[in-house]
Parts: sequence; C-alpha cells; structure tokens
Amino acid sequence: MSEMTPDSVRHLASLARIALSEEEISRLSGELAAIVQAVESVQKVATDDVPPTSHPLALGNVFRDDVVGDTLTTEEALAGAPDHDGSRFRVSAILGEEQ
Amino acid sequence: MSDLISMTASDAAQALAQGSISSVELTQAHLDRIDATDAAVGSFLARSTNALEAAKRSDKARHAGENLSALAGIPIAIKDVLCTTDMVTTAGSRILEGWLPPYDATVVTKLRAAGMVPLGKTNMDEFAMGSSTEHSGYHVTKNPWDLSVAPGGSGGGSAAAVAAKQAPLAIGSDTGGSIRQPAAFTGTVGVKPTYGAVSRYGVIALASSLDQVGPVSRTVKDAALLHDVIGGHDPHDSTSIATPWPSMSAAADAGAQAESLAGVRVGVVRELAGEGVHAGVRQRFEETLALLSDQGAEVVEVSAPHCEHAVAAYYLILPAEASSNLARFDSVRFGLRVTPSGAPTVEDVMSATRDAGFGDEVKRRIILGTYALSAGYYDAYYGSAQKVRTLIQRDFAVAFEKVDVVVSPTAPTTAFPLGAKMDDPLAMWAGDVTTIPGNLAGIPGMSLPMGLSPDNGLPVGIQLMAPAYQDARLYKIGATMERLFFERDGYLVSQRVPEVA
Repeated sequence: MSEMTPDSVRHLASLARIALSEEEISRLSGELAAIVQAVESVQKVATDDVPPTSHPLALGNVFRDDVVGDTLTTEEALAGAPDHDGSRFRVSAILGEEQ
Repeated sequence: MSDLISMTASDAAQALAQGSISSVELTQAHLDRIDATDAAVGSFLARSTNALEAAKRSDKARHAGENLSALAGIPIAIKDVLCTTDMVTTAGSRILEGWLPPYDATVVTKLRAAGMVPLGKTNMDEFAMGSSTEHSGYHVTKNPWDLSVAPGGSGGGSAAAVAAKQAPLAIGSDTGGSIRQPAAFTGTVGVKPTYGAVSRYGVIALASSLDQVGPVSRTVKDAALLHDVIGGHDPHDSTSIATPWPSMSAAADAGAQAESLAGVRVGVVRELAGEGVHAGVRQRFEETLALLSDQGAEVVEVSAPHCEHAVAAYYLILPAEASSNLARFDSVRFGLRVTPSGAPTVEDVMSATRDAGFGDEVKRRIILGTYALSAGYYDAYYGSAQKVRTLIQRDFAVAFEKVDVVVSPTAPTTAFPLGAKMDDPLAMWAGDVTTIPGNLAGIPGMSLPMGLSPDNGLPVGIQLMAPAYQDARLYKIGATMERLFFERDGYLVSQRVPEVA
C-alpha cells in the first residue's frame, strides 16, 4: 500500500476540499499511516468468494408517485445561507484567473 | 409530588393521566434541574424557549378530554443531530453554529405530535464522531457519576441528561455504539433499533448505512414507550422499514411480569467478552450470566469470529460514507463561510471554510474516507470492509439459529477519565469493539445497567442483541433482567447516581 506521506495527505485534502495547514498535514500523515496499517487487516479475510454488503437489510428500490410533495419555499431554503440575493445562493467566482 | 425529576416517564405519564401532576409542573421541575446542574454537567447545547408553552398545550388538551398518547406531556431531551425548527441544530460542529433548520426531523415531528415537551438539544461529538463527547466543537460533557470521567459518546449529552435527571427521556443516535456505550457509562438504558426501524429523515447523516435513532431512558419500559412513539415507516426515508411493528411497551410489560427466564436461550459472544474486558466489568458480567442461568435461561457460548475485524471494517466504511455525507457542508447553502483574502474562487472559500469549521477528528475521518474511496484503493479498503460486513452478518445468523439473544459487556471498560484517549484515536476507536458489530449487521441492541464496578463504583452495562426486526424481544428479555437486577440489589443502578454538586 502507498505510504501516507505529507504529499498524499495534501492531495487527499484537496480532493476533500479542506485547506489543511502544514502543521495539520504533518500531524495527519503520521496518524493516518498508523490508522491505515490498523485497518488493513480487513484484506486478510475479504476473499473473492465473499460478496460485499452495502446495506444491512435487503431492500428494494423505493418509488413514489410523481407529484409535488412538501417542499421548502425559496425563503426557507435561503434562510440559512451565508449569502443570497433573495432568490439564489450567492458565491464567489467559480473559475480562478488561471483557469 | 415531591420528586418530579426522579420519576420514570411511565410513572409520570400515569400521574398526568390521574391528574395528580401537570405537564407544566413536570416540565418546570426539569427546567429548574437543568438550571441547577448543567453548569457542572454540560449536557445541553441549546435550550428550548417554548417548553412551558408545549407543556401548557398538553395540559389543555388533557383537560379538554382529548385522546392523548402514552407520553403526552412528558419532557424529553433531543440529541443535536436531529433537525428542530425551534432550536439551533449543529450536530456539535462549529460549521453549523447558529443554524436553525427549515424543517423538523420526522422523529421530532412524532415527538411533538405525541404531545411530548422538547427541553433542549444535547451535546455530542462533532457529527457523532467520537466515543466520549470530548470531540464536541462546543464544550465537554461530564459524567454525572463522576465529573472527572467521560459520559461516553457520541451521545454523551443525552445519556448525561437522563442520568442526571435533567430529563426522563432523550433521543440518541447510534452509528457504532453512540446510544449504547454512553448508556453503559452513565447507568442508563439505551437502545439501537433495527436499522430502518426509526426514520433518519432530518437526522444529520454520519454513515448512512449504519446510522439509527433510538431511545435513552432510565428503565426498559420507558425506552419501550419512547420507541413506540418514534418508530415506524416514513416515506421520507427510503431505507425505512415498511412492515408493521409490535408494541415495544407491551413487550416490556410482558417481560417485567415474566416469572423467570425459562426457555430463553442466551448466547455469550466469545469474541466480545474475552481479552480487553476490564476486571470489574468482567466480574459483573459473569455474575449476570450466573443470575440468568439461575433464573432458567439456557446460557451457551457462541462464536462470531469475524468480529475481530469489525473495528477495522467499521473505520473504513464509516469514514468513506462520512466523507461523502459531509460534502454538503460547502459554505453555500447553510452554516459557516470563511472567505480568504485576495480573489478567492468558490473552491478556495469552501476549502477555507471546511478547515476552519471542522474539528480534528472530523478532518481525520474525512481524509481517511477519501483515501478509502480513492481510485486504485477502493477494492482493497472499502470493498474489503463490505465483505467483512457480510462475514459478520453470517456469524450472527449462525448464532441466532441457536439462541434468542446474544449478550456481551456493552463496553470493555467503565467510563474512562476525560482526556485519557484524546491523543490516541486508535485507542478511542478500540473501545467500540463490542457495539460496532451490531451496526454492521443492522441488528437491534440494548444496553442495560447490570451493576456498579467493584473497581471504581462506576456503572457497568450489559448489551443484548437480537435478530433484525426482533426489537420487541430485547424489551421483553431486558425488562425481565431489569426486574431480576432490582430484586437482587434492591435498587436500579440509575437510582444510585450521586447528587451533582
């Protein structure tokens, strides 16, 4: 398995959209190396003949009638937003200068 | 009625029905209790400002002769992971500080419809990631039995509130033991129902294939009464079970009245009751097994060999699902927004917000989950963990061919000192070994106090687990065991909690 290096933690943090500080990256790379080693044992018993379980109880797909149900009003949906213009969420630029 | 806060919910409901107390009196007594004790215990993150209004409505409905539910007028504390329109909901995280949800969780809707009186929101490890409530983004909750030890987690606030008589009942959520382990640590009763038995709609998701909401109480009967209120199918939750359920409270009554445990087959899970269990816990557990045998139960040893890998599988599945669920905290629709200087893009804002708003344990698990789901590692980690889940389910299926319930200590230890495991995530996680298998298998589990440890006088819990859908069996057998403990000791563990200074 790959080493849990500061570079790999930095990469994972960027995938997860968390701007970790260098101090956090250094601490996490040590902790995660130990954790990954501890959880690797699952591979010992997970042989090819065992099917995976994604869900504890067997359930089929669930459908509902295609009718309008209880939905939030625009006002309710925007009520907790950090910023909005009255009808839409407002965010900063999607693309940076280099993009 | 001199001691309103010591009453069980069941007794209080009876007194309300007889008119000897009012919901306003009962609610006021608990509000006063919270005022007097919560500076020391720290169970609550938010307090309701309209509890007395709800109590008045309940009293009025009763005077009007309306047909009321069994728990009408009874106060309740709610874990902060459930959305409430009238109380700030944070899941213990700074990223949701001050957030008022635009809708109630289905469970909360059911509590209100039953005429119950929400008192406040209880403290928890951030997004339910933790086993001590020390990972709350706000404050540490203390164990009412000893203010220097942890109340367990993640639902330490709900368990502490019920143990400290700040509320007769509380709602918890259990992803890997977050109802049962705090119950064991605080001398209370906690139940994780069958996966899908209680709606998850409006419950801030940790790991969607594991999360389950359930009752926290001081007696088995009280937990059963609450289970009957919150359980049942919810079309808003597509994993909610549509089949009808028997009355849990009737099951608890039947169990309390049962003369003995004759005919009950009890399996002791060898792998969950072996090494790692502390001496005082082991002693109480063995005494309990002897008591069960004396009372007619057939106690046999069963094996669940793959439980050895349960913690490892859990700490791949949970972070993987959590890393996906927590993507919704994106600084756009709700919660915190931190804008870095310069000309940041939305992605820069999102990343800065998530670094500022999430605590260390949450970041650790998101990064781990992101790794487990990464291309090239998915099969080795997440895929393998899902196979272990199959193996653990098979272990339980084999055990339940031979026995009605399986038992183990709820936790290998009694409550540990605050701070003892904060620098060692693996040590914190290892304590979940007894409760995690039940979540992976989706089966119901109950923690019931079985005495006080001879080592330190702290409560010790026994865990009962039953096959999926057989939640009523836990209440029936649990109620018999509770009565046997009471007859043996002359008290319930929860009645021995020291007075909070």
